Amino acid sequence: MLDIAWLIPAFPLLGFVLLVLFGRRLGEPFAGWLATIASAGAFVSTVVVFFGLAALDTAERFHLVKLFTWIDVGSFTVDAGLLVDPLSITMCLFITGVGTLIHLYSVGYMHGDPNFSKFFIYLNLFILSMLLLVLGDNLLLTFLGWEGVGACSYLLISFWFSDESNASAGKKAFVTNRIGDFGYMLATFLVFVELGSINYDDIVSRAGELGSRSATLIVVLFLLAAAGKSAQLPLFVWLPDAMAGPTPVSALIHAATMVTSGVFLLTRLNPILAEAEVWSTGLVAWVGALTALFAATIAVAQNDIKRVLAYSTVSQLGYLFLAVGVGGYVPAIFHMVTHAFFKALLFLGSGSVIHGLHQEQDMRRMGGLSKLMPITAMTFIVGWLAIAGVPPFSGFWSKDEILLYAWNYDGLGGPAGGKVLWAIGLVTALLTAFYMTRQVILTFFGRTRFFDVRAEEIAAAWEARFATLDLSIAEANEVEEHALSAVEKARNEVSKREEALAKAEEKLVAAREAVAASDASADAHVKLVKALERAEGAVPKAEEAVLKAEEKLIALVGEVEEAAVYGKELQTARVDLRNSRRATPMPPSQVTARTEAPVLDDDLSEYVPESYHRRQEYHPHESPWTMTLPLIVLALLAAAGGGLNLPFTSELHFLEHWLEPSLFGHEVHVTASASTKWILAVVAVLVGLIAIVASFRVYMAGAVDPARVEPEGAARAWYVDETYAGFFGGPGRALFDGLAGFDRGVIDGAVRAVARGTVALAQGMRALQPGFVRSYALGIGLGSVLVMVWFMGRLFV
Amino acid sequence: MEVTATWYLVLSAVLFSMGFVGLLVRRNPLIMFMCIELMLNAVNISFVAFSNALDDIAGRTAVFFVLVVAAAEVVVGLSLVVALMRRRPSLSVDDLTSLRG
Amino acid sequence: MVDVIVFGVSAAIILGGALGVIINSHPVRAALSLVASFFGVAVLFVQQQAHFLAVVQVVVYAGAIVVLFLFVIMLLGVDSVDNIADEPLAGQRVTALLLGGMLLALILGGLFLSGPGLDTDGALALTGQSSQTAAVNQLDESQSDIDLLADDLFTRNLLSFEATALLLTIATVGAVVLVRNRGGEDLAVDEPGSAKR
Repeated sequence: MLDIAWLIPAFPLLGFVLLVLFGRRLGEPFAGWLATIASAGAFVSTVVVFFGLAALDTAERFHLVKLFTWIDVGSFTVDAGLLVDPLSITMCLFITGVGTLIHLYSVGYMHGDPNFSKFFIYLNLFILSMLLLVLGDNLLLTFLGWEGVGACSYLLISFWFSDESNASAGKKAFVTNRIGDFGYMLATFLVFVELGSINYDDIVSRAGELGSRSATLIVVLFLLAAAGKSAQLPLFVWLPDAMAGPTPVSALIHAATMVTSGVFLLTRLNPILAEAEVWSTGLVAWVGALTALFAATIAVAQNDIKRVLAYSTVSQLGYLFLAVGVGGYVPAIFHMVTHAFFKALLFLGSGSVIHGLHQEQDMRRMGGLSKLMPITAMTFIVGWLAIAGVPPFSGFWSKDEILLYAWNYDGLGGPAGGKVLWAIGLVTALLTAFYMTRQVILTFFGRTRFFDVRAEEIAAAWEARFATLDLSIAEANEVEEHALSAVEKARNEVSKREEALAKAEEKLVAAREAVAASDASADAHVKLVKALERAEGAVPKAEEAVLKAEEKLIALVGEVEEAAVYGKELQTARVDLRNSRRATPMPPSQVTARTEAPVLDDDLSEYVPESYHRRQEYHPHESPWTMTLPLIVLALLAAAGGGLNLPFTSELHFLEHWLEPSLFGHEVHVTASASTKWILAVVAVLVGLIAIVASFRVYMAGAVDPARVEPEGAARAWYVDETYAGFFGGPGRALFDGLAGFDRGVIDGAVRAVARGTVALAQGMRALQPGFVRSYALGIGLGSVLVMVWFMGRLFV
Repeated sequence: MEVTATWYLVLSAVLFSMGFVGLLVRRNPLIMFMCIELMLNAVNISFVAFSNALDDIAGRTAVFFVLVVAAAEVVVGLSLVVALMRRRPSLSVDDLTSLRG
Repeated sequence: MVDVIVFGVSAAIILGGALGVIINSHPVRAALSLVASFFGVAVLFVQQQAHFLAVVQVVVYAGAIVVLFLFVIMLLGVDSVDNIADEPLAGQRVTALLLGGMLLALILGGLFLSGPGLDTDGALALTGQSSQTAAVNQLDESQSDIDLLADDLFTRNLLSFEATALLLTIATVGAVVLVRNRGGEDLAVDEPGSAKR
């Protein structure tokens, strides 16, 4: 039964190969179904192996399946083999189980994506790599899977790579993980140097040969590796950015499976951890505890629905490290499994919300979705109760175990150290319950704010309004100028007419004088009289023209005045508008607009940008069954997952008994009395309830302004990214520039010098190639003569 | 006086050298091929002479192979000449200087 | 004594023919001189009891190959005459003669100075064989030349024989490919220095 373990990675491998070859031709949705079937096949074979393993005696549950010899160099031999033991099969069960559900979900979520089949190629490749990681029987094979999941993570984060920020988020994840991989490789080398083998089999049986110093170094290096992959301080920065990928990816890779591989690795190497000095495991615990607290504080102030979950994931992974560090491997695996259930559920729920709201991710613009998406809301609430630690949901049991082990810890810093770790864990639990409640309220309860007019839309409307007004002012100014020039023209006309009148009068006077002076009887007299008559007629005409021109002038002047008044009116209106805009309060941030929608003035509404009107036509809707079915299944698991390891009696510690063969007795035994355990549990529950109630007071009842509980620094992730960027941009940059200069000057210089030397030599050699065939023949002849001379020399000397 | 292997060898050496000089001084590719044939014949003479002197058939087998190879060489060489001459109506190898460095 | 006369006459024909090839400016005459030279070589083969080779020499060399030469000469223009008075490459002739002389001197020097003498032993020393018994396949006067050659060819040298068959096939195909007119442009005669891009 166990020997069919090779089928587990074979299914996704087959799916991957088939999709690479025929994925495009299969297209949507068949490529997705094929991938889902491949994943489901892996799950079924895992279940078969699981029953096979369970049928064995406890002592025999450590089974090696050798596939082939991979590397054979001197004393360094690596077999490609699978290690089937309770730990790896537990991992496989939830990787393939949750993985299959997420495959199914993705068929719905990725609907209509142009790269539909490519997405499933990556998903299957990821499942394959992840299975290799957990099933590998040596550090190198695990490393292969480790890098494989890293590559898939990169590919899937930047899946929508045409957006620059997605592409750089992928790069950030990849580069950050390289730092951790460096630790992994060094640690592997060290293991080989110390033990001469990197097989888990040898490591387990011969870990005792390690000196405590080298064991400590190995643990610290593996901690670095795990901190990179599992997003712990100080390498956690990539995980929140990884949310740029499609939501199923966030659920599968960046919440449920890949990020837990660091914890898996440390658990797998528990014999080495047992040999290491106390401070190194204490370091693991402290890194975990501080990360948990740190990330939880950030999560409180995030507004992006996925970012909250991302920081929550970092925080929960911190719990896992805390558990491993204090020697609680079983709680670590327990919480890993329950976390995989409820965090995958939460992510898929948020994906469903995002899908239903047309890619809206800002929680301030959600609210009231429980009526619109009832299944998503119900399942999300189950996930919330689980992560908030409300009994009897799964998260309560596993988190409580971790806190108990932390309380029990007396390694680094003695019992007091354990109490401090416990307190940090408790505060984190409080914050977790708080921010998850906040998320549920903002998303699913209260008023539906999706259709609200948004601040930027109002600002745009104001701008549009001002622009329109400015346009009419400019028009009025133009009209005024036009009128002014017309007035000028009319004035000229008037003066011209007046001149004409004056001339006509002069002529009249002259004609009168001429008539008076002339002889009445003469012929000329008749002419002169006629001229006089004409002149007399011309004068009133000219007078009339002057009058007309003056009238026109008066009318035009009136027009100008009118235009000026209109312009002035518009100016005043603009000033008024500006004042009224200043006076109008900006629409309240959507968090505070809990109860009432921001109002949109009627005069403003015609200027609101198109996006607002388009949004009014959207209908937030429940997702298709391919998406809701995984939600329901995961909700059931998240609700009941605690049954894996109930604390009441020893028989109910199923997971603990099951994992025993993988832990070799390195699991710490809790010495606390039953009553202490009860008190701790009650305290944890109380703290969780207090946080939930407080969150309801703030976000539902509005008793406190949310801005007061969401510090600016937390919203900006305590400036970690800025600090890193500042360091690498400043002193780091100078160092890199120096190295680049060395590369350009010395290394490239040497290469270029060789190239130049070759060219110069070739230029010299050109002379030897005249291109004449007979010269070459001469060369051959000379050569043969020389060969003969050499023969003769051998013959006679 | 008896004709010994040495006589043939001396003749072979002289013929070979003549072919060699001819190859170097003539510019017509056809004549150059002929000179190569002369050199091959010179070698053939010496092969047969050695074969007789050593009482070994291997020398004659070698001549046989030289003949075959010479035939192949002439076929290819002459077709090269024809292909070249067809496009470049000149009969001097000194005009083929594409390989000038 | 007859041997010496036959040798002398054939040697004269061979060398005369060779000289004719080298100094004739007319390719047809050169080719005919070549035929003479080949016939002389055939006579020498007969003198050494290599009858088969002599026949092949006449048929293949004097026959097929020279006819091929003549055919090509006719194809490319029978009237073209080489200008052998000029030598465009400075020093080419002098160097060629010098090298030819040195080559001849070295071969003869090797021949006469190499060791025991000009008889069989000397030849042995020259070829590096230890003794006459080392001969791989002795000449048997009772058997005919052609039998011996065939025996040697199809036993010890079978692979080489097959290889030459392949070589001939390739050469034939190659010749067809080379000569086939692809309708390309006529190439301009290279001007001195035209190769410099």
